[in-house]
Amino acid sequence: MSVLELIIALPLLAALAVWLGAPARAASLGATFINLILVFYTAVQYWGKTGLAFTHSRPILENPSLSFAVGADGISIILALLTTLVMLAAIWQIQDRPAIFYVSSLLIGGGALGAFLTTDVFFIYAFHELALIPTFLMIALHGRAEPAQRKAVAWKATIYLGAGSLVLLAGLVWLVLEFSGGSKLTFDLEALRSQARLTPLPDAKQAQIFFVLLLGFGSLVSLFPFHSWAAPAYATAPTPVAMLHSGVLKKFGLYGLIRIALPLLPHGAHVEWVQNALLLMLLGNILVMGLVTIHANRLDDTLANSSVMHMGYIFLGIAAGTEIALKGAVILMFAHGISIALLFGLCGRMRNQLGTLEYNKLGGLATHAPAFTVLFAFGTFASIGLPGLTNFAGEVMIFLGNFTEFKAGALTNLQWTVILALWGVVMSAVYMLRAYRGIFHGSPATGLFMIDPAFSQRVPFIFLATTLLVTGCCPWLLLNLMKSAL
Amino acid sequence: MHASIILLLPFFSALVILLGHRHLKGAAVLISVGSSIISFIACLFFLAAENDNKLLLPFLDVGHFHANIDVLIDKQSRGMMFIVSFIGMLVHIFSLGYMKDDDAKPRFFGSLSLFMFSMTGIVLAGNLIMMFIFWELVGLSSYLLIGHWYQKASAAEACKKAFLTNRIGDFGFMIGILLLFGANGGSVNLFDLKSAFAPGGTLGLGSPGYHAGFTTAAALCIFLGAVGKSAQFPLHVWLPDAMEGPTPVSALIHAATMVAAGVYMLVRVSFLIEASPLAAEIIAGIGAFTALMAALMATQQNDIKRILAYSTLSQLGYMVMAVGAVAMAVQHGHEAHGPNPGHPAMFHLYTHAFFKALLFLGSGAIIYACHHEQDIWKMGGLRKHMPITFWTFLIGTLALMGLPWVTSGFYSKEGILGAAYDSGCSILFHAGTLTAVLTSFYMMRLVIVAFFGKSRTDSAHHAAEGGVGLAMLLPLIILAVFSILSAWDGFATPLQALKPAHETPHATVLFASILAFLIGTGAAIYFYRGKAKEPINIKLFANKFYFDEIYAVIVRICQDRLAWIVTALERVFVDGLIARLPTALVARLGAATRMLQGGHLQGYTFLLGGGVIGVVYLVVFVLPRLGH
Repeated sequence: MSVLELIIALPLLAALAVWLGAPARAASLGATFINLILVFYTAVQYWGKTGLAFTHSRPILENPSLSFAVGADGISIILALLTTLVMLAAIWQIQDRPAIFYVSSLLIGGGALGAFLTTDVFFIYAFHELALIPTFLMIALHGRAEPAQRKAVAWKATIYLGAGSLVLLAGLVWLVLEFSGGSKLTFDLEALRSQARLTPLPDAKQAQIFFVLLLGFGSLVSLFPFHSWAAPAYATAPTPVAMLHSGVLKKFGLYGLIRIALPLLPHGAHVEWVQNALLLMLLGNILVMGLVTIHANRLDDTLANSSVMHMGYIFLGIAAGTEIALKGAVILMFAHGISIALLFGLCGRMRNQLGTLEYNKLGGLATHAPAFTVLFAFGTFASIGLPGLTNFAGEVMIFLGNFTEFKAGALTNLQWTVILALWGVVMSAVYMLRAYRGIFHGSPATGLFMIDPAFSQRVPFIFLATTLLVTGCCPWLLLNLMKSAL
Repeated sequence: MHASIILLLPFFSALVILLGHRHLKGAAVLISVGSSIISFIACLFFLAAENDNKLLLPFLDVGHFHANIDVLIDKQSRGMMFIVSFIGMLVHIFSLGYMKDDDAKPRFFGSLSLFMFSMTGIVLAGNLIMMFIFWELVGLSSYLLIGHWYQKASAAEACKKAFLTNRIGDFGFMIGILLLFGANGGSVNLFDLKSAFAPGGTLGLGSPGYHAGFTTAAALCIFLGAVGKSAQFPLHVWLPDAMEGPTPVSALIHAATMVAAGVYMLVRVSFLIEASPLAAEIIAGIGAFTALMAALMATQQNDIKRILAYSTLSQLGYMVMAVGAVAMAVQHGHEAHGPNPGHPAMFHLYTHAFFKALLFLGSGAIIYACHHEQDIWKMGGLRKHMPITFWTFLIGTLALMGLPWVTSGFYSKEGILGAAYDSGCSILFHAGTLTAVLTSFYMMRLVIVAFFGKSRTDSAHHAAEGGVGLAMLLPLIILAVFSILSAWDGFATPLQALKPAHETPHATVLFASILAFLIGTGAAIYFYRGKAKEPINIKLFANKFYFDEIYAVIVRICQDRLAWIVTALERVFVDGLIARLPTALVARLGAATRMLQGGHLQGYTFLLGGGVIGVVYLVVFVLPRLGH
C-alpha cells in the first residue's frame, strides 16, 4: 500500500464518518490535519528526487487494462500540498454550519487529491467528477442568494462543466484509442507516455486531439470564452466551496493539460493554428476579463472575475511549453490557489459580518480590524504579483520562459502575447488596489465597520498568508520538488 | 559579509515589527532605529569592500537559468550604499522626534525598515531580475508610507496613484528585462550584459549581433521603468501627491533615495544607452523637458512641501538629462565624461541627496513648529523664531541653487551643464541653464516668503524652535555640513562619490551657471521682497499644466468607459451565444422529454454523473469488442 492511497482515502473516509454521525468539526479537522502531515512527509521524501515515486498499482481489469494506480512526481506533490493546505483553511474557517459543509469540503478535497495522485486516466477523470458533484449541490442548496437565483447559478455551472467534461471525455477516449492501435487498450498514463515516445502521432493529428482536450480542460478552468459560469458560481458558492473550487479544483484542467496533453501530444500545442487559437483565448482571459474585473463594484465580483483572469497567465505558460515556463505555470497554480482561497475566505467573513460587499457602502475597515486588513493585504499584493509572495515567482518564470528562444528584431506571436499580457499586470493592480482602497482606507461610508475575528478564527488565514510569504521568498523550495525535466 | 548585514538586518526588523506591532510599541521604534544605525556602521566597512559579484541567497534556479539574490560590489554600489544608509539613519533619528505623538508609530517604523531593505536590494542588485524584485518592493514601502494616514481620503488616493503610476513604468521595465534576457542567451546579470553590449561584445555596436531597432527598444523599455520610479514626464504626476506622506518619508524616499533609484539604474545600464544613439537622445530630451516643466510648476506653488517636490522632479530631470547627454557625448567620442571613473548624473544624485533631504527635513521642522501649516504665505518671519532651522535651510537652498564655488550643488550642476554642452545638442544646454535660473528663482521665493518679513498668521507667530528638539535639529546640522562639503575631494573620495574627472570647465558653462544663479536670485528678490501676497499669477503653472485633469479624462475614457463597454459585450456575446442559446435549445428539447425530468438539481447532477460513468463504460467495454 502506498502512502498516496492513504492520502486519497482519508478525507473520503472522514466524509463518510461525518455523514454517519461522527462529530463533524473534530473528524474533518483531524483527518485534514493528518493528511497535511502525510503530504508534507511525501514532499520531504521526494525532495530533490526525479521521476514518479510512491507508485502502487491495483489491477482491476485485464483488457482493457485498467488499474487503480497511484504515483506522484513534483507537480502532483505540489498540487497535493496546495489541496491539503486549502482544505485545512477552508474547513477550519467553517463556523456554525450544518455537517454537510464539512462533508462537501472533504469530498471536494478528497476528489481533487484523487485526481492529482492517481496515474490512470480513467481515475484521474472519475475523481474530478466526484469532486464536482458536491460543488454543484452546495451552490444550489446553500448558496448565498435567493433559492431561485442560486439554483440558476448552479445550473449554469453544471451545464458548462458537464459539457466541458463530455468534450474532455471525447478527447481522452480519442487519445486512448489512437495510442492503443493494437489489441490492448490501456489507460495507464505511464504506458501511454512510453507509447507516445516510441510512436508519436503525426503533428496534424496531435493538433486536433490537443485542441479537443484544450476545449475540454479549458472550460473546466474558465478559459475564455467558456468562462461565464465561473464568476456567478464563485460569488454565490458558500465560502469553503468557493475556496476549494477556485483554489484547488479549478487547477485540475491545467494539471490535465500539463500531465496528459503536453507529454502525449508534445507538438500539438505548437502547431500554428492551435497555438494562435490558444493565444487568442488566453488574451481574452487576461485583457477582456481584466477590464470586466475593473468594472466590478462588489468584492466577490472582483475576486471571481480576477480568478478567471489569472488563469490566462497559466495558459500562457502552457502555450510556451518551455521548461522554465511550465515550472512557472505550476508555481503559479500553487500561488493562485493559496491566494484566491485566502481572499475568498476573508471575503466570506466580511459578508457574514457586514452584510454587503459593495465598495461604495464600505470604507475605513483598517481602523477597527488591523489584523484582518494585514491578512487581506497579503492576498491583495499576492494577486497583484508583488515580489516576495509566490505569485510573482510563477509569473516571472512564465514570462521569461517565453523568451528563451529569441531573435532580435523578430518577436514571435508568443512573445507579442507576453507583452500584451504584461498590461494585465497593470490592470490587476488597478482593480485590487481600488478594492483595497474602497474597503480598508478612508472612513466608513455608511457607518458599517467590523472588528478583527478572534485569534482562533484568524489561524487558517495566517496559515495561508505565511505559505505565500515563505514560498514567495524561497520559490526554490517548490522548484526543488520539480527537478525532473518536464 | 557586510553586504548581507546591510541587506538583511532591516528585513528582520520589518518582519519582527509586522509580527508584533501591537505588542511592541516603543520597542518597535528601538528595533528600527537600532537596525538603521548598525546598518550604517556596517556600510562604513562596506566602503572598503573589494569589487565583487557574489551569490547572497538563492531565489530561482531552473536548469541553466539562475535569478538569485547576488550582489555586485563596485564603486557605484558602494557610493550609493553610503547615501542610502547615511540619510536613512538620519531620517530614522529625525522621525523619533517628528512621529513622537503618532498612534501608529510601529507601523511607520516597520515600513521604514522595509524600505531600507528594499532600497539596499536595488543598490546591491547584481542582475536585473533582482533589481526588479526590489524595485517593486520599494514601490510597496512607498505605498505603505504615503498611505500612513490612510484615514484621510487624499492620502489613500495618493498612495494608490503612486503605486499604479509606477506599475505602468514597471510594465516597460519588465519588457526590457525580457528582451535583454532573450537576446543575451538567458542571462540578465549586469556584468554579462555589460560585456555583451561593450563595443566588440556579442550585442555591441559594430558586431554582427547588433540590431539597432532592438537595442533602442530594449533601452527605452528599461528607461520606462526609470520614468515611473524617478517621476519623469509623462509619469511624473504621482510624486507631488506623494507629499501626503509624513515629511521624513518625503525626505528619504521621495527626494533623496528611492526616486533617484531610476537614475542609479540608468547609470547601471549605461552601456545599453550608449549602444543606441536614438535612445540616448530621447532620454536626454525627456530629462530636459521634465526639468524645465517641473521648474515652471514650482514657481507658482504655495505648499512648502510641494515646492520642494516639484524641485525634486526638476532635479531628477536634470540627472536623467545628464545620463542621456553623457551617452551622447560618448557616442561622439568624448570619453572624458564616460561612466568611469565618474558620472555627472551620479555625482548630482550624491550632492542632491544631502541638500534635498536637508530641505525636506527642514520643512518638516517648520511644519512641526507651525502646527501642520504648510502654506508659505501663512508663514513669514520664521528666521527669528527658528534660527537653526533657518540657517540650515538657507544652506540647503544655496546648495540647490548652486552658489558658486562654495556649495556642493554648484560643482555637480556644473558637471551636468558640461555634459549637456559636450553632447553636441545645444537645446539640452539651454534647457539646463534655463532650469538653473528658475531653480534659483523659486527657491529664493520660498526662503523670502517663509523666513523673512513679518509673521502672517498665529501659527507662524508662535512657532518656536524649542519644541522641535535635538532629534530633529541634529540631522539638519549634519546634512548642512554635507551640503557644503560633499563635493570637496576630502569628502567625495572616501565616500566613493562618482565625481567626474577634474578638468577645467568650459568658460561658457562656468559663465552660464554663475549667471543663472544671479538672475534667478535677483528676480526673486525683486518680485517677492516684502510682499504678503503672491504678486505673479500664472494659472497654467499653478495648475501644473492640467496634467491631472487630462489624465483623469484619459483614465475615464480608456479604462472605465472601455471596461463598461467590454463588460456589456461580454455579457451579450459570450454569455448569450455560448450559454443562453444552447440552453434555450436544450429547454425546447427538454419540453419534449419532460417525462425524464424530476425538477430537482440533485437528480440532475447524479444523472450527469451516472451518464458520464455510462459513457465511459460504453467506451471502455463495448467499443473495443465491437472493433475486434
